[in-house]
Order: sequence, then structure tokens, then C-alpha cells
Amino acid sequence: MRQRPWLFLLPTLVLMSISAFIPLIAVINYSLHTIFAGSTPDFVGLQNYADVMGDAQFRGALLRQLTFSLLALLVEIPLGVGIALCLPRKGGAVGLSLVLLGIPLLIPYNVVGIVWRLFTQSDIGVIPRILSVIGYDYNVSLNSTDAFLTILLVDVWHWTPLVVLLAYAGLQAIPQTFYQAAEVDGASAWKTFRYVTLPKLRSVLTLGLLIRFMDSFKVYSEPLLLTGGGPGNATTFMSLFVARKAEAYELGYAGASSIIYLYVVIVMSYLLFQFINRSQERGRP
Amino acid sequence: MARIELKSLTHRYASSRKETSSFAIENLDISWEDGTANALLGPSGCGKTTLLNIISGLIRPTGGSVLFDGVEVNERPTRDRHIAQVFQFPVVYDTMTVFDNLAFPLRNQGIEGKTVNARVREIMEILELDTLANTKTRHLNPAEKQIVSLGRGIVRKDTVAVLLDEPLTVIDPVLKLDLRRKLKLVQQELRLTMIYVTHDQHEALTFADHVTIIRDGAIVQSATPEELFLYPRTPFVGYFIGSPGMNTIRCEKVSDRLKIVDSELELPDEIAHKASHLNGTIELGIRPEFVETSPDEKPNWNRFTVRMVDHAGAYQVLTLESGSLRIKARVEDHSSSREGDSLWINTPHDRTNVYEDGELVTL
Repeated sequence: MRQRPWLFLLPTLVLMSISAFIPLIAVINYSLHTIFAGSTPDFVGLQNYADVMGDAQFRGALLRQLTFSLLALLVEIPLGVGIALCLPRKGGAVGLSLVLLGIPLLIPYNVVGIVWRLFTQSDIGVIPRILSVIGYDYNVSLNSTDAFLTILLVDVWHWTPLVVLLAYAGLQAIPQTFYQAAEVDGASAWKTFRYVTLPKLRSVLTLGLLIRFMDSFKVYSEPLLLTGGGPGNATTFMSLFVARKAEAYELGYAGASSIIYLYVVIVMSYLLFQFINRSQERGRP
Repeated sequence: MARIELKSLTHRYASSRKETSSFAIENLDISWEDGTANALLGPSGCGKTTLLNIISGLIRPTGGSVLFDGVEVNERPTRDRHIAQVFQFPVVYDTMTVFDNLAFPLRNQGIEGKTVNARVREIMEILELDTLANTKTRHLNPAEKQIVSLGRGIVRKDTVAVLLDEPLTVIDPVLKLDLRRKLKLVQQELRLTMIYVTHDQHEALTFADHVTIIRDGAIVQSATPEELFLYPRTPFVGYFIGSPGMNTIRCEKVSDRLKIVDSELELPDEIAHKASHLNGTIELGIRPEFVETSPDEKPNWNRFTVRMVDHAGAYQVLTLESGSLRIKARVEDHSSSREGDSLWINTPHDRTNVYEDGELVTL
């Protein structure tokens, strides 16, 4: 009878093994070997990891990735909260605005990539057209900054609605009496936001921050479809880098960089979570 | 602090259906003297909270006026009314310490640091919050949070009145007593004008010097707790105040003599005589506390059968029956009545109120 709890957990454990543990172990196994097509893999220990760490291209991709994720968070979180604050709180307009805002979330990644590719194409795209009016010569396939910022813009367009929805749900959950009390206490609009709204949104924003961080760290199809990782390596983010290596059949190398990539995601998420919790404990007004 | 008056106050909530916009408050006149402890008592949904929100300016009434010390404040925004409000669920600024919570309204007024410091210390001492000064308010229990939110209200020297909206709802029973004591103490010490809204008669009667009972947005009676208990103006008040509520006995006139409806029981002569000149629907009200019981037969007392015995700690509540008439009596706990026993009952005439068409008759 003592085994009974495990019996109930079994289906979950089996599913998780198939979806996570087994692939992970396979990748770790790859990362410890040098593999050539047709021959038996050679065990090389941690050599692949050493190679990856010494690779300037890998370090470049990692740095680019961190910059990208940081910028995405810095834009999407405040923008999302800002939009949520502007949304109507009751009435028929609520449903309409939420549906309109949710549209980007419903569009599949590859469609997003293709649509934005059309938008940004230097000869027919709407963005180059508009920017040419103010005299800016926009070109994603030649200008690295243009390419990087465009991918960022796509990410912001695609994912800010998620932050809006989370923040909106959070706002709706704040009891009206807190605002009434702030009014009675003579608090300004900013102080009300700072001491009532923001603290009450903390838990949903923590969730949003973590989801958006992990997701943005995995950005793949947008650079693949829009810029192909270029120009040069300007938009070769981590997942694109790993995929390229795997496509080139450098499985050991790709495996090692995947594991380092995963490690970075986990550590960064943990640090972020700790940072938010810590600042909550401090938070002196 | 100030005297607060409401004159012909009416408030109607806009309804989604056009024809039935509902009245929350209708043509209400009331005044609360400066420095007094008052309670607004009424069943849930009778318009109490609406009334408080109108006083503090969070809601604008659809008619009538609100006066502070004789000056109409209808147009004055909430922040300029200097009202302190304690809500049903404790409202504190979680990220701030107790000290900063109390200092918040003062800082918002732009008062300088030294003055803020001194005033906050003073209030913390009165509220016995000194030891918690540097604690984040989210670590406090609900009772402490309520005290902090009270403190935020009274820390301003220009506070006109303190409004409390069922402030004990979420407080543990043990802490309730303590918090109520503290509220009363603070009220007396600072001579605050306090208006305490509740549906709990016990809270209202123990806290306030003056209790106003509202029902369906209108005042039923406004009096001292003692008056409410002894001379409830309507059978509703009699039933609403007291535990258990007042017994109401319907009477009718048969050939000029008052009789209990559908009952053979004799009314004491004094009562029958008292009501002989009345012509409307007559009801008698007697509190269970005043119903006299005896296991032995007594002249002019009526015989009842005990139908139910409810033990309530220090006392028992007996449900007594005679024919179709049922009344309750509150007796000492050592009373040995059992269900099915016969008891002799007397309703002392000086403790019996007479109501004509639902209104107390003063004889």
C-alpha cells in the first residue's frame, strides 16, 4: 500500500520522462561524444564544453541573447502594465479590447515571421516606406542595428499582449477599497500607483517577467524567417546558433552548447526570481 | 472634529433596467454631535455603506445635502473632507512599515518631517503600536492592520470624523474584544466623532452612545442603546435588537376588550385597559428577558408548554407554546425546564410595549 502514491504519479512520470528526461539525457550523451556520420561516436569527455566556451561565436550569441531578453523585458513589462491601466474596467468595451489585444497571441510563429518579413522587405515593405518619409534608410538585410531592433519590435508586438492580459487580471483583482483609502489619505495618482497598484500587481508581474524571460531567451522562428540570423551574426540568437550547429551535424558540439544554454536559462530565471523576491522584502517606501 | 448632518438625503443607484432604479437611501435626516460615538445599525444591504461613502465623498448623493459643522460639503472632493475611513477588510499599504503607513497621509499633505515624526509617535503610543513601528504591515494580523488603518485616519489633526465600516468582520473573536475596547478608548481619549456601521447589534450597542437603526434606506429609530432595548419604536427594532429578539403578540378587539388573536389566554387587566382606546392593528411586544416563568400555578398567570430549550451558556432560551401562540423566554441557566413541561407565564404590564399599526404607543 505504501507504493500507492507512486502508482498515481506514474502516468505523469512516464510522460515527463518521454518529453523531458529522456531527450535531456540523450543530449547530454551527445555532448560528451564527437560524432561523425556513419562512424561510432568517440567519447571525448568535456572537450565539447571547453570548445564551446572558447568559441567567440558562441559567446557572441550568448551576449546578444542576454541583451535581447533584457531589452524585451524592459520594454514589454512597463508597456504591458501601461496598456492594462488604460483599458476600460467594465462595460462592453472590455471584451472587445481584450480580444483585439489577444490577436497577436493567436497567430502562429511562422505566420508572424512571414508577415513581418513582408512588412520589412526593403522593396515592398511598409516599414521601409514609412521610415523613408523621415529620411531613414531602413534595411534589415544590410544594417545590423535595424535587424536587431526589428526582431525586438516583433517580439514586443507579439508578446506585450500577454503582459497586458496578466496585468489586467491583476488590476481587476485589486479591491476598490484600496483606492478609496488612498483617496481618503490624499495620495497623488503616482503615489497611488506606487503604493497600491504596483505592490498588488507584484505576483502577476513576477510571473509575467519569468515567462517572458524564458520565452524571449528561446526566440527562434522570428530571426530565422525574417533575417536568417543576419546580417552577419547580428540576429543569431542562442537557439539559432545551436540549430545551425546541429544542422551542420556537429551533434556533440550542438549538444554541449544546448546544455550550457539550458543551464544559463535556469540560472538566470532563478536569479531573476530571487531578485524579485529580495526586492519585495526590502521595498522601503 | 465636527458635527455631521445629513439633510433629506436621497441616493439612487443607476439601474441597468430603466424602470427600476433602486433607492439605496430615501429622504434621510440625521445628525451626529461633535465628539460622540455613534452606530448605524441595520441588516445587510440596507444602505449603511452607501451612507458612509456619501459622507466621505466617495459617492455623490442624488439628492439632499451633507453638512459638516453646518457647512454644506456636497461639492467638496474626498481628500478635502478630511474624513478618516476604516473599511470592512483591513486596508494597509503592504510595502510600508507601520510608521510609514501612519505618516503617509501627513506626508501627502506636505507636512515637514519633524512634525510628522512627533505626531506619528504620539498616535502609535495611543494605539499601542510602538513596538511594531518598523514592522512591514503585511506581517501584521488583521486586527493590527485595522488599528493601523484607524491610525492613518486619526493621525491628521484636521480629521473631521472617523467612519468605520463593519471593521470587525474579519477579526478573530478573541481579538475582536480587544479591538473594540481600543476603538472605544481612542474615541473617548481623542473626543472623536465616530460613526460605526455594523449589522451586529452587540457591536453597536457596546460601542456607541447613540445608535441609529436603518432599514431599506430609511431611519427606523435613533436612540441610546437603553432606549432601543426598552422602548423599540417598531416591532422590527424590537426583534432586531436583543438576543433573542422581542416577542410580538398580535391582538384584536372583541366587544371592546383586547384579546390575543386565536388564543383563549387572558391578558393582564392593565394591558387590556391600556389599549382599550386604540383602533388600529394592535401588537404587544415583550422581551424574552422580561417574561416571568414559574413551574407552579399562579393566579392570573397563563399556562404554556415548553416546546424547545436552547442553552446559550449563561442562560437558556425557552420556546413556549399555548395553542397557536409561541413566545420565547430567557431564563437563568439553572432552570430545570424540559421539553413538554408546563410553565406558568406572566408578562409584566410595565415591561410590555403596545404597538398600534406598527408604531409604539406611548401611554
